[in-house]
Amino acid sequence: MSINSNNLSAFINDSRVRNIGFQVLIISALVFSVWWLMDNTLTNLENRGKSLGFGFLVQTAGFEISDTLGTWLFDYEVGVSSYTDIFFIGITNTLLIAVLGIILASIIGFTVGIMRLSNNFILKYFATVYVEVIRNVPLLLQLFFWYFAVLGVLPDARSQLQVFGGLGGLNITGLYLPAPVFQTGFGLVFLAFSVSVIASIIVAHISKKKQDETGQGFKLVLIIPALIISVTGIAYVIMGGPLDWTFPEFKNTGPIFKRGFQSDAGMVLVPEMLAVLLALTLYTAGFIAEIVRAGIVAVSRGQTEASYSVGLRPGVTLRLIVIPQAMRIIIPPLTSQYLNLTKNSSLAVAIAYPELVSIFAGTALNQVGKEIEMIFMVMSTYLVISLITSFFMNWFNARVKIVER
Amino acid sequence: MKKLSFLVAGVAGVLAASAVQAGTLDDVKAKGFVQCGVSQGLPGFSNADDAGNWTGIDVDLCRGVAAAVFGDASKVKYTPLSSKQRFTALSSGEIDVLSRNTTWTMTRDTQLGLNFAGVNYYDGQGFLVPTKLGVKSALEMDGANVCSQTGTTTELNVTDFFRENGMKFNLVAFEEADAVVAAYDSGRCDVYTTDRSGLAAQRTKLANPDAHMVLPEIISKEPLGPVVRQGDDQWFNIVRWTLNAMINAEEMGVTSANAKSMANDNNPSIKRLLGTEGTFGAELGLSNDWALNIISQVGNYAESYEAHVGPNTPLKLGRGVNALWSQGGILYAPPVR
Repeated sequence: MSINSNNLSAFINDSRVRNIGFQVLIISALVFSVWWLMDNTLTNLENRGKSLGFGFLVQTAGFEISDTLGTWLFDYEVGVSSYTDIFFIGITNTLLIAVLGIILASIIGFTVGIMRLSNNFILKYFATVYVEVIRNVPLLLQLFFWYFAVLGVLPDARSQLQVFGGLGGLNITGLYLPAPVFQTGFGLVFLAFSVSVIASIIVAHISKKKQDETGQGFKLVLIIPALIISVTGIAYVIMGGPLDWTFPEFKNTGPIFKRGFQSDAGMVLVPEMLAVLLALTLYTAGFIAEIVRAGIVAVSRGQTEASYSVGLRPGVTLRLIVIPQAMRIIIPPLTSQYLNLTKNSSLAVAIAYPELVSIFAGTALNQVGKEIEMIFMVMSTYLVISLITSFFMNWFNARVKIVER
Repeated sequence: MKKLSFLVAGVAGVLAASAVQAGTLDDVKAKGFVQCGVSQGLPGFSNADDAGNWTGIDVDLCRGVAAAVFGDASKVKYTPLSSKQRFTALSSGEIDVLSRNTTWTMTRDTQLGLNFAGVNYYDGQGFLVPTKLGVKSALEMDGANVCSQTGTTTELNVTDFFRENGMKFNLVAFEEADAVVAAYDSGRCDVYTTDRSGLAAQRTKLANPDAHMVLPEIISKEPLGPVVRQGDDQWFNIVRWTLNAMINAEEMGVTSANAKSMANDNNPSIKRLLGTEGTFGAELGLSNDWALNIISQVGNYAESYEAHVGPNTPLKLGRGVNALWSQGGILYAPPVR
C-alpha cells in the first residue's frame, strides 16, 4: 500500500513524466478545439443549406472593374475572366500599393527622420510638425482627405491640367501618362538588362574584395551605370528598338462622354490609387521618421566626435559612421512598419480602389456568397505576403547587425 | 479538395461558432426584441434621424414583425449594414430579419442559404446625371465614368447594359453609399447608378439636387423585399404574412385609425385578418390579434408608403407599379383564409 503510493507519487513528481504529461494535455486540448471548431462550422453550414467548396473559382465574373495594373496584367474581360482572375487582380493591386508604398515611405521617412536631427531650424521644425500631425490623425481620415478634399478639386472630366510639359495630363478621372507598348523582341532587351544588373553585382563584389585587400576599389559610380546602359542599349539597337510609346489623347469635341482623355491611349493612374498611395506613404513615413531618428540618436555621440576628430565631414560621418550603426537598431521596427503598410492597404476599400479586400472579399464575395472559403484565401494571402516581407527583412537584418569578433 | 475544405472550416469556425440556434421565433421572444438589419441611411427606406430614430418603409416592416410577435411595434433593434455585410450578418445569426432594400434574385435565393419573404417595393435600376451634360438617354453614355456601390446587383446590371449596347464604361465602386454620393458630387463620375428609388433618395443628399436628372431608362427588375435565413419556415411565414397583412389591409380599407373598430365589421375576410374569426394567428405561433397589432401600430401598406416615399415626401415617388393590383399596379397579396 505504502509502496504503491510512494511509487505513484514518485511517478507524478518525475520531471520527465510531468514534461511529457503537460505536452500531451496541451496537444489534446488543441486537437479537441480544432475538431470542435470544424465540427461546429460544418454542422452550422449544413443547417443553413450551405456547402463548402472552391468550385466558384472557375465561374466567370459578370462585373466591371476600374482600370488598374491588375486588370491590365490579367486582360480582364467581363464574362470571360473567372473569379480566380479577380483574386489575382486583387493581389496585384495590393502588391502594387505595398511595393510602391514601402519604397516611397522609406525614402520620405529616412529624409524626415534625418531632418528632425538637423541643425537647421526650419528643416527641423517642419519635420517635427509633419511627424506629429501625420502620426496623430487616423489613417482612414487621411485617406478621405486625400481622395475627397485634395484630388476631389481637380479639373472635371472634360478639362485638364497639363503635366510634364504636355506629355501627361491630370484631371479628376486620374493622372494620364505616356504608356510603353512592348513590341516583339523586347523580352531580349529585358534579358540583357537583367544580365547587366547581375554583372554589376559581381563587379561590386570584386571591387569590395579589392578594396579590402588594397584599400583601393573600382570607381563603381561610373562603371555600373556604364555597364547597364551600354549592354541594354546595344541589345535595344540590335533588336530594332522594340519599344513604342502611346501618349494620352485629349478630345474637346464629339459626344459628351467621349470628350476628355481617351481610354485607349496612354495609361491612367486612377485617383483612387493615387489617394491610397499618398495616404499610406505619408502616414507610414511619419512612423519611419521616428524610428530612424531613434536609431541615429541611439548611436553614441562619441562615434560622431571621433569621426570629426579624424577629419571626416558631417555628411560623410553620417553616411559611413552613424547610419551603418543605426541600421541595426532601425531594421526590426522598420519591418513592422512595412507589414503595417501592406495590411493597411485594405482600407482602400473605402475609396473604391480595387485591391484584394475590395474586389475579392467584397464584390466577388457578394456575388458568390462563399464567405469562409474566400476570407480564408484572403487571410492566407496577407499571411504569405507578410511572411515573405519578414523573411527578407530578417535576412537583411542578419547582414547589417553587429558582427562579434 | 475535401481535405482543404475541412481545414478551411477549422480556421474559420470561430466565425460561426456563436450562432448555433433554435427556432428564430423562440430566440426573438427570449431576448425580447427583433434584431433588424437595415441600410446605413437611405431616406424613405431606412434612415435614422438626429435622435437615432429609424423610419422608412423597410423599417415599418420590421416594426410590423415586432408588433405581430410582441404586440409592440417599438420592440426592434436596428443594425445598419453595408450591402456587402448584409447577407453574412443574416446567415451568421447577427440579425433576425434583413429589411434593407434588397433585390430578390435567383442566386440569392438558391446559393446564399436565404429566403425572400416577399416584395415590399418593385424597383428598377436607373441612372442619375448632371442636367448640364445635356444627356437625354442612357444610350448616349458610351465612355462614361459610372459610380455605384459594391456588392450589389447594380454592378452586374450596369455591366450587362453597357455590354448589350456595345458601349464602354469605367466603373468606380465604393463600399459606402455616402462615399458614392460624395464622389459623384465631386465630379469623379458622370453617372450615378442604383435603383431608381435609391437615386430619388440619394439625390436629396447632393449639394444641388435640382441640377441632376434621372434618365428615363430602367435597365433591370429590382423586386426589393425582406429576407430571412433558409430552414426556419415558421419565422419565414411570420415575416411573409406581416407584409401580406399590410397589403391586404390596404385592399380592405383597414387603416391604423379604424383597425380596432373594423375588427367587428361584418365582412368575414376583415374579421379573419383582424383575428376576430378563426385561429390564423395561432397557426403562425402568434396571438390571434397579430395583424390588428401590425395595422393599428404601423399602418397598412398605403399609409407606410405615403409617409415615407410617396409624392408628399422629399422622394416624390408615385405609386406606379407599386399600386394595388385592383388599381393598376402589381401588388397582390394572397388572401387570409
